[in-house]
Amino acid sequence: MVEVRDLHKSFGDLEVLKGVNLDVKKGEVVVVIGPSGSGKSTMLRCINHLETPTKGHITIDGIRVDDPRTNINLVRQTVGMVFQHFNLFPHLTTLQNITLAPRKVLKMDANQAEEEGLALLAKVGLADKKDQYPDQLSGGQKQRVAIARALAMHPRLMLFDEPTSALDPEMIGEVLSVMKQLAIDGMTMIVVSHEMGFAREVADRVLFMDGGVFIEEAPPAEFFGNPKHERTKAFLSKVL
Amino acid sequence: MTYDLGVVRRYLPFLLNGIGITFRFTVVAFVLGAVLGLVVALGRIQRNPFMRLPCVWYTDFIRGTPLLAQIYLIHFGLPQVLGYKPVGWIDAMVALTINAGAYIAEIWRGAIESIDPGQMEAARSLGMTYSQAMRYVILPQSFKRAIPPLGNEFIALLKESCLVSVIGLEDLMMRANMMSGRSFRPFEAYFTVALIYLIMTLGFSRLVARLEGGLKRGRS
Repeated sequence: MVEVRDLHKSFGDLEVLKGVNLDVKKGEVVVVIGPSGSGKSTMLRCINHLETPTKGHITIDGIRVDDPRTNINLVRQTVGMVFQHFNLFPHLTTLQNITLAPRKVLKMDANQAEEEGLALLAKVGLADKKDQYPDQLSGGQKQRVAIARALAMHPRLMLFDEPTSALDPEMIGEVLSVMKQLAIDGMTMIVVSHEMGFAREVADRVLFMDGGVFIEEAPPAEFFGNPKHERTKAFLSKVL
Repeated sequence: MTYDLGVVRRYLPFLLNGIGITFRFTVVAFVLGAVLGLVVALGRIQRNPFMRLPCVWYTDFIRGTPLLAQIYLIHFGLPQVLGYKPVGWIDAMVALTINAGAYIAEIWRGAIESIDPGQMEAARSLGMTYSQAMRYVILPQSFKRAIPPLGNEFIALLKESCLVSVIGLEDLMMRANMMSGRSFRPFEAYFTVALIYLIMTLGFSRLVARLEGGLKRGRS
């Protein structure tokens, strides 16, 4: 479903991605780990074209994301993204946050959008918060609304950019359990995260990125139980 | 030093009659300038130089030259080369609007640029076009942030509108000039008109402060 080929990305003189290759199949959950600054988030942001690759190709469902002739807005409608800092719209209620894009982008009828929005809020356990504004919610609640907002576009692929890194420890669990349910429901997911427990439990594959390339990838049991590469071993010994 | 209240009392209705013109010029230039300024601000933040540069030139020129020079240019200068017939109130309105537009453009731009870039990214990642993201996500948040500086700009414009008197419009300032000339009491004329401006600007400052306070209690 997702193909990344020889992806390079530089910011000025700084080369962040140095030839990344990645294949994600439909329904697969891939967790990307690695030290900060290794390029994980940049890779994720290239996939939905928030960053323009310097070199290389990205294909989602056979559509070349990096092709200037591609209507990137159409691609993004099917690719949900969840950010580290939530990026909820502070001037809108949680329900309005969720219904805005379906109404304006998909031209969905307001009643239908609300109905679907309420169902999504219920799904993330926040049905009673529909009229609250983002600043009235806790971090964990904000991130769950952000997930619901992305799901409202009926995405075929979800990208998670360190979704729990900005959360207080006691709120991480509620977000991870929503993500886990999503994985069980068969969503294709690429998750950049430091949550090793989540990777071990939910991922089909774990990938380790360092210095702008993938160094190692394996199913979680093998990845955590028997890492091959020295740098993976060194990283895991520090974080586990 | 005497402040002849008798003279002031005699001319006060005459002076106050100028408030209408002062106020009308200020409000119309402010509203038109706010619209013009929004267009210019949106142009200025584009990467395309054909959209950005004219907006930069416009704001730089207007903010770098005196309003008085701009009024003379539009009323006396340009009719000579463009051949239109100067009409005082139209030229004054145009000059004030163009002037306010440049300052208000910078207010809009500051407000838009103060919005976290993550808002645009979130909107775009949901499939919104740039225009949709601006319209539904960025601008509604920018409007709220622009209200306090817009209030200040309104007050500045209220004072600067006195320059329309130089091309013969009978605003507050012009009426003070006339009062001075007729009564031979320049101190009474100009001190009284200054007080009238002061009362108006203080009133509006209060109003803006109250709006601002209400916003702070509300949502960011």
